[in-house]
Amino acid sequence: MTEPTTATDGTATVTDAPSDDPLPQGTEIGVHPQGDPAELPVVFEVRDLSVFYGDFRAVRDVNLDVRQHEITAFIGPSGCGKTTVLRCLDRMNDLIPGARPEGVVNYHGVSLYGPKVDPVEVRRRIGMVFQKPNPFPKSIYDNVAYGPRLHGRRRRGDMDAIVEESLTKAALWDEVKDRLKESAMGLSGGQQQRVCIARAIATKPDVLLMDEPCSALDPIATARIEDLMQEIKSEFTIVIVTHNMQQAARVSDATAFFSTEVNPESDRRTGVLIEFDRTETIFSNPSDERTENYITGRFG
Amino acid sequence: MALTTVSSTAAVEGSVAQALRGERVDLRGRIFELFLLGSLFVSLLILAVLIGRIVADGASVYSDRGVDFLEGRLSSDPARAGISQGITGSIWIALGVVVISLPLGIAAAIYLEEYAPRNRVTNLIELNIRNLAGVPSVVYGLLGLAIFVNALNGFSNNDGASRATLAAASVTLAVLVLPVVIITTSEAIRAVPAALREGAYGVGATRWEVIRTQVLPYAAPGIFTGALLSIARAVGEAAPLIVVGAVTGLLGGSGGLAPGDVLDPDNLTSRFTAMPIVVTSWAKQPEELFKINNAAAAIMGMLVFVLVVNSLAIVLRNRFEKKRSS
Repeated sequence: MTEPTTATDGTATVTDAPSDDPLPQGTEIGVHPQGDPAELPVVFEVRDLSVFYGDFRAVRDVNLDVRQHEITAFIGPSGCGKTTVLRCLDRMNDLIPGARPEGVVNYHGVSLYGPKVDPVEVRRRIGMVFQKPNPFPKSIYDNVAYGPRLHGRRRRGDMDAIVEESLTKAALWDEVKDRLKESAMGLSGGQQQRVCIARAIATKPDVLLMDEPCSALDPIATARIEDLMQEIKSEFTIVIVTHNMQQAARVSDATAFFSTEVNPESDRRTGVLIEFDRTETIFSNPSDERTENYITGRFG
Repeated sequence: MALTTVSSTAAVEGSVAQALRGERVDLRGRIFELFLLGSLFVSLLILAVLIGRIVADGASVYSDRGVDFLEGRLSSDPARAGISQGITGSIWIALGVVVISLPLGIAAAIYLEEYAPRNRVTNLIELNIRNLAGVPSVVYGLLGLAIFVNALNGFSNNDGASRATLAAASVTLAVLVLPVVIITTSEAIRAVPAALREGAYGVGATRWEVIRTQVLPYAAPGIFTGALLSIARAVGEAAPLIVVGAVTGLLGGSGGLAPGDVLDPDNLTSRFTAMPIVVTSWAKQPEELFKINNAAAAIMGMLVFVLVVNSLAIVLRNRFEKKRSS
């Protein structure tokens, strides 16, 4: 397993409004910045993370860095803990009774599980898109406006602008601009998922966590969402869990491969991070045999 | 891709056609279906006979006396007796449920489902609420007699038998349906999809915001249905009212419960009767007109009330659900 490289000055570049950070010099929208990725600021620093459900250790030994304006993919077979780790990054695991992380999860150098950290504030800055499209049973407009309204933006004109901007970024504006008042439940699955993406980015988060966002979608809708990820990564840092290796290879800059191992503590299998590296390296020259076996389709 | 048509031989076609022909009679399935249909038919028949008998006996009262029966007071003369005081009592009982049980029960259920930690104490409380819903209603009558009538004087300055006030009866029935309100609300809240909650939490909603903007709107039809059924149940109960001292004979000049001032708050501290009590006491009278016709006419009044409440429940639920899915 390759040790994640730690940025020399990465964690120091924390600002109050991270989404307003200027891009590194010479960056084109949608194109990965040239040069050494190790120079990009680290958004999430995960060290020796284990997650327990009650006494059961569901995943262990997770060490990785998520860098700003990159897409980091989590891949691996079912039950390997990808989603569990993802949900530690915005404290969604707090909602599951008995879930307990151990280890370091730093966000811009601040421990997410620190004593004074409010999970609600965390989730305002770190948006999430779920596996199954889960629009609220409200109009398209109200879905997208939901987050900004909670956070106190009340003026009508502002809200219209936010909704349009978010839906445009989610590549849905042209399809729904004439029926914003209709229920989001009446849209197709792919459109619903883009409403959810628009809802997540409407609060102007710093990071977007996506938990298998395309698993319920057909290939055309999947391609749209993949294109969309490339378009918005200049503004957001994206972490995506995917079952689909081709998807990880297509969209991501860095990839974490998880697998399962028989747990020394019980009969149940525990997820473990096998390898974390640049996506090219994982898919062309993995250093762990298990990664290679998975990539080449020999298991999983 | 080019498709070439390969014609199958007549022999193959023949055997396939034979295999696909449905000649087997699913006898057991047919018998089962008939049995189910029969059960439905018997249930409906019993109901139809009951309603038919009641209408046959009671319709004459309405056709002879009309609104006079609805406006009349309790009387020993069957030709003059009416149900106005019973209606007033039942309306106040329904109000008691609306004012006391619904806010308390809904709030308790929201706490139990959304805030209470999942531990043994919570489980014990939930189990006991379920048991309370199954306690015979007479027991609640005894509770009402001991606490609301005897210890609290029926919330009045009265003494003796006149402590058995409408307020005491209304509170007793409100307590009786409280567990039902809690259970139906809990179930409605539990039916809210986890994905909705996660979606709301995911954009940084607080627990209260999730409850207010997602959980309660989604659970509203279920809560509403439970609430209306609780009202119907309270209005139909007779046993606890007898125990807390509903008047079965005459409610003459002893204050309140007069037609025309149904919502007069003085009613709360006067002695009372209610529709189920009127029906049971009339059914015990020797005169045919009381025992058969007046009692049936009073039952018709109750049936209409319950039907109205239930239809309201269904209509409102459908409207809420339509709003939710559209």
